[in-house]
Amino acid sequence: MAPAMVGTVEEKPKPLPLAIGIGGMVSGLREVYESGRTKELEWRQSQLKGLIRLLTDKEEEIFAVLHEDLGKNRGETFRDELGILVKSIKYTLQNLKKWMAPEKAESPLVAFPATAMVVPEPLGVVLIFSCWNLPLGLALEPLSGAIAAGNAVVLKPSELAPSTAAFLAANIPKYLDSRAVKVVLGGPIVGEELMEHRWDKVLFTGSERIGRIIMTKAAKTLSPVALELGSKCPCIVDWLDSKRDRQIAVNRIIGAKWSTCAGQACIAIDHIICEERFAPILIELLKSTLKRFMSKPGGMARILNEKHFERLSGYLDDNNVAASVVHGGDIDPKTLKIEPTILLNPPVDSDVMTEEIFGPILPIITVKKTEDCITYLKSKPKPLAIYAFTNNERLKRRIVEETSSGSVTFNDAVVQYALESIPFGGVGHSGFGQYHGKYSFELFSNKKAVFKRSFLIEFMFRYPPWDDSKIGTLRYVFSYNYILLFFNLLGLRR
Amino acid sequence: MAARGGVGVEADVAALRAQFAAGRTRGAEWRAAQLRGLLRMAAEAEAEVCRALHADLAKPYTESYVHEIALVKSSCRFALKNLKKWMKPQKVSASLMTFPSTAMVTAEPLGVVLVISAWNYPFSIAAGNAVVLKPSEVAPATSSLLAELLPQYVDSTCIKVVEGGVAETTALLEQKWDKIFYTGNGKIGRIVMASAAKHLTPVVLELGGKCPVVVDSNVDLHVTAKRIAAGKWGCNNGQACISPDFIITTKSFAPKLLEALGKVLEKFYGDEPLRSSDLSRIVNSNHFNRLKKLMDDENVSDKIVFGGQRDEHQLKIAPTIFMDVPLDSGIMKEEIFGPLLPIITVDKIHESFALINSMTKPLAAYLFTKDSKLQEQYEAGISAGGMLVNDTVVHLTNQYLPFGGVGESGIGAYHGSFSFEAFSHKKAVLVRGFAGEAAARYPPYSTAKLKILRGVLKGNLGSMIQAILGFPRGK
Repeated sequence: MAPAMVGTVEEKPKPLPLAIGIGGMVSGLREVYESGRTKELEWRQSQLKGLIRLLTDKEEEIFAVLHEDLGKNRGETFRDELGILVKSIKYTLQNLKKWMAPEKAESPLVAFPATAMVVPEPLGVVLIFSCWNLPLGLALEPLSGAIAAGNAVVLKPSELAPSTAAFLAANIPKYLDSRAVKVVLGGPIVGEELMEHRWDKVLFTGSERIGRIIMTKAAKTLSPVALELGSKCPCIVDWLDSKRDRQIAVNRIIGAKWSTCAGQACIAIDHIICEERFAPILIELLKSTLKRFMSKPGGMARILNEKHFERLSGYLDDNNVAASVVHGGDIDPKTLKIEPTILLNPPVDSDVMTEEIFGPILPIITVKKTEDCITYLKSKPKPLAIYAFTNNERLKRRIVEETSSGSVTFNDAVVQYALESIPFGGVGHSGFGQYHGKYSFELFSNKKAVFKRSFLIEFMFRYPPWDDSKIGTLRYVFSYNYILLFFNLLGLRR
Repeated sequence: MAARGGVGVEADVAALRAQFAAGRTRGAEWRAAQLRGLLRMAAEAEAEVCRALHADLAKPYTESYVHEIALVKSSCRFALKNLKKWMKPQKVSASLMTFPSTAMVTAEPLGVVLVISAWNYPFSIAAGNAVVLKPSEVAPATSSLLAELLPQYVDSTCIKVVEGGVAETTALLEQKWDKIFYTGNGKIGRIVMASAAKHLTPVVLELGGKCPVVVDSNVDLHVTAKRIAAGKWGCNNGQACISPDFIITTKSFAPKLLEALGKVLEKFYGDEPLRSSDLSRIVNSNHFNRLKKLMDDENVSDKIVFGGQRDEHQLKIAPTIFMDVPLDSGIMKEEIFGPLLPIITVDKIHESFALINSMTKPLAAYLFTKDSKLQEQYEAGISAGGMLVNDTVVHLTNQYLPFGGVGESGIGAYHGSFSFEAFSHKKAVLVRGFAGEAAARYPPYSTAKLKILRGVLKGNLGSMIQAILGFPRGK
């Protein structure tokens, strides 16, 4: 059994030894899985408890690595990654036995005596790719689900958040069963090599482009995949009368944009749609509240790296876009900081309006009437989340019924991520496959149908040689017409 | 009515998208009307469908009725009965963390879906999608009958049949779909998934495998033999994804089982099975030759203990049983999909587990035994899409059980409510109000705020109250 592979983050192509190392690891994990070790309730519970201990013992180190990788402050790290993880793993522990239990299913009377059940079982050996922006959360949340479902797991954290990745590689083996849970470090070459193998499930969080590559490779081995991809999450802001409502809406918008990894999150608000007449009010309120929230330094995470910094500042290079800046716009290439920037009606065909922004730039698009947003939403690819701040019940209903998205949240944003009772995942271009809470358990399980019959009561009309009377009887069987079936069997027919 | 060729297909899909976008397929009334149309079709066209299946497969009328007509009818009825319930949003508990709020999960249609060779298409309609059906070209009479009949019974602006072979299927796979359902073999399944990857389209693949039948000595022998025979040769003469593929039993029990099977087969098909009208033929000469090759393998042909007759002209092969063929022979390495049944013997029945686990996970695993402990061990030790104890195949008819494969036998499950879910997107909807504002959520962050956040995330009521009351104040 090969030990966890720790590759260097700066990649030099090393195909053969890499292939052998990963191949050895995968077959080793299969053996461990086949031994039945990960299926036991006690094993799953001990791993989940180990994860909680890791998160509580190493809290300070976690704050440090997330600050190193992304400039995240402690409040944000705790709120979005640490705190939510502990809460979610506790929820899983509480419900695990219930989720593992077979569910009885009905069976038709004609099958009597019979029992029908759906029995969840682990899929086997699964692979999780996590993204750099919530490097802890997007790795450990699915990991906890995969373990809860009884699988052996390989985790490949994003190399773009290297301190967190190294932290995971160092600590997972200390707190979890390193024979069944492995962390593999590396970049695209390692990712590709991993995908050469057959997995019982692959969960990928990241960009559409890589998602396609992963699924194409998975097709060769028929590895089932779940893709959590990005999108431009729109936020509709209706005309709000009350000053208090307006302030709260703005607080929540800022929280869901600049306070969430500086807008670098798949569920961050990408852009706002509001009525023409409301835009000035909204902009003023955003400006004043931003001043308060960002009064201390370190209030906002930094841009991941130069590549993303250039992509984002590139949006502002477009003259028409630059002309639409109503707040912010300052950039500092030395510290990779872009200040919170608001745009008013940039051209709809500009890059900032066609690509997922994933950064601290917020376009506001105006419409004549708020309800016009429905047509706009329907013309765009399905996003991971649609947000709307409104008290108008009709508008809420129209949004739910006429648009499609991974999820819809009214009068808040991003918080849906914290609820274990609702599924988290995309649709269309924002991906497929859902997790969180019980959905995580199910994502990594096979629901095996088990049907048991007895030798008692044998129906001759099931078997050849066929004749019309048998067909007649079968008709009643299939329409569950028990009365006529009864008479038929007694030899009395219509 | 059926479109052919690339350009036609692109235009068809665009038209379906427009209909879906216009909301035509979403209402409960439209969905129910289509399901009732399908029910009428199944009832009125029963004779025609059975004739077509007979032309394609020499399928006995009863089999056609049971497997095709009755299944479609009961699916439609089940969907009609449950439609309103399935369409209703489910309220779920919101968390104290987001108090006050309400949360629900609502099922919405995916859009335009492609269903290749599957009989479960009524559910795609129940879920409110626009659908393109591509029936299997391997059964041409049935395919063209469906293309002719369907538009007469359902809304053909939203439900289309596209016929054809490799070229047409390839053209279809190049389009963008919101979901693709494919029933067939693993080789094409891989091609379907790779095409789907280009558009990030989720897929459900119902593939094949070798469905094992473990037969213990503690059974009612006659009933066991009948149920195995009905599942094997009574289902398209072994050409079904859930047909029992091979048997594993103990050395001591094998002769008794063989004798019982022989008696049952004679009863079912007479002593000249190739002349029985109750036996389907092999679907085409490609498959006939494939099966002939498996039978004629020099390490296998001398292991025939029952049957072996075949008629190339009629494309018929009689029920044929083999005893202890080598495990590395072709007949034990690929899915048989025909009327050949190998019996593999072991010393103790528990050895069957290792053998099954050495192969890829099957769509269905069967076990005949009265021993409840063995049943438990089988259930815990064997992974398969579905498991059936003391019978074969019939779990297919239980609308309450998910039907689907795992591993090489497939991805995704359907049937009954599982079909409805497979064709839907479960959208989470969270509704908050403007009350309950927690300053602790926002920057600038402080130790006091962090303390409250900790409490809230731990579920500490005191912290939550503080948070809701806006502590810490003045920030």
